[in-house]
Amino acid sequence: MKPMKHQTTVEAEDGKQELLITRQFDLPLELLFTAYVEPDIVEQWMGTKVLKLESKKHGSYQFETTDLNGNVVFRANGVIHEFIPNQKITRTFEMENGPFGVQLEFLEFEKLTEDSSRLNILTVFRSVAQRDQLLQLPFAQGINMAHNRLQDIVSKLK
Amino acid sequence: MNLRRDVFQAIADPTRRAILLLVASQTMTAGAIAANFDTARPTVSKHLQILTECELLEQQQTGREIYYHINAKKMKEVADFIEPFRKMWDDRFNKLETIMKKYKSKK
Repeated sequence: MKPMKHQTTVEAEDGKQELLITRQFDLPLELLFTAYVEPDIVEQWMGTKVLKLESKKHGSYQFETTDLNGNVVFRANGVIHEFIPNQKITRTFEMENGPFGVQLEFLEFEKLTEDSSRLNILTVFRSVAQRDQLLQLPFAQGINMAHNRLQDIVSKLK
Repeated sequence: MNLRRDVFQAIADPTRRAILLLVASQTMTAGAIAANFDTARPTVSKHLQILTECELLEQQQTGREIYYHINAKKMKEVADFIEPFRKMWDDRFNKLETIMKKYKSKK
């Protein structure tokens, strides 16, 4: 299967407790990496509030999304095990109050040309069942809907 | 939910994906399908059995031969399965790209 240019691909092989997300960007490597490091930028594209983001070895991070009434609809946290600028971030990710357990993420940033780069995210779950559960339609849709709702709200505020 | 997971695992196997691609273009007998693979005939039969049990393939008896064809409805269901998750990341990354292009021009 040939991925279309600049489309995000998701690979989830049979019986494996991992999934691979790959995406090519029309961005220099340094800018792509910056998008993962600067809290205010992470907030914009992830569509969540960044409570804490210590981009360094042994640092930790916390994301939180609330609805208009201040109810928390999403909260996640993790610790950073490895941080090499413009190369890689190894970190854990855990959605609080979720059934998916803690995940281990290997983010690899790769320079393609002066103006293009690629990101590979390998996520390892505790079990195959947890991975498949995360991939299930209602969850992803729910998160998507939450984001769309937030986008609507934000665009009305502007 | 179990059925869904079985279907998901069925298409995760590279040989089974190849079979689906093959049968997608035309209705074929088990023998004709097996002829496209180096794998032993019983192995291909096993793959066909799994794909049939998951309703990705449908069997049709014509005379002595059993023909296999794609169950388009089920295939769409499977394609849609991983799509929301992929779409979520695609949307995020599109946004990331747009933001960083502006960020670049600001500097």
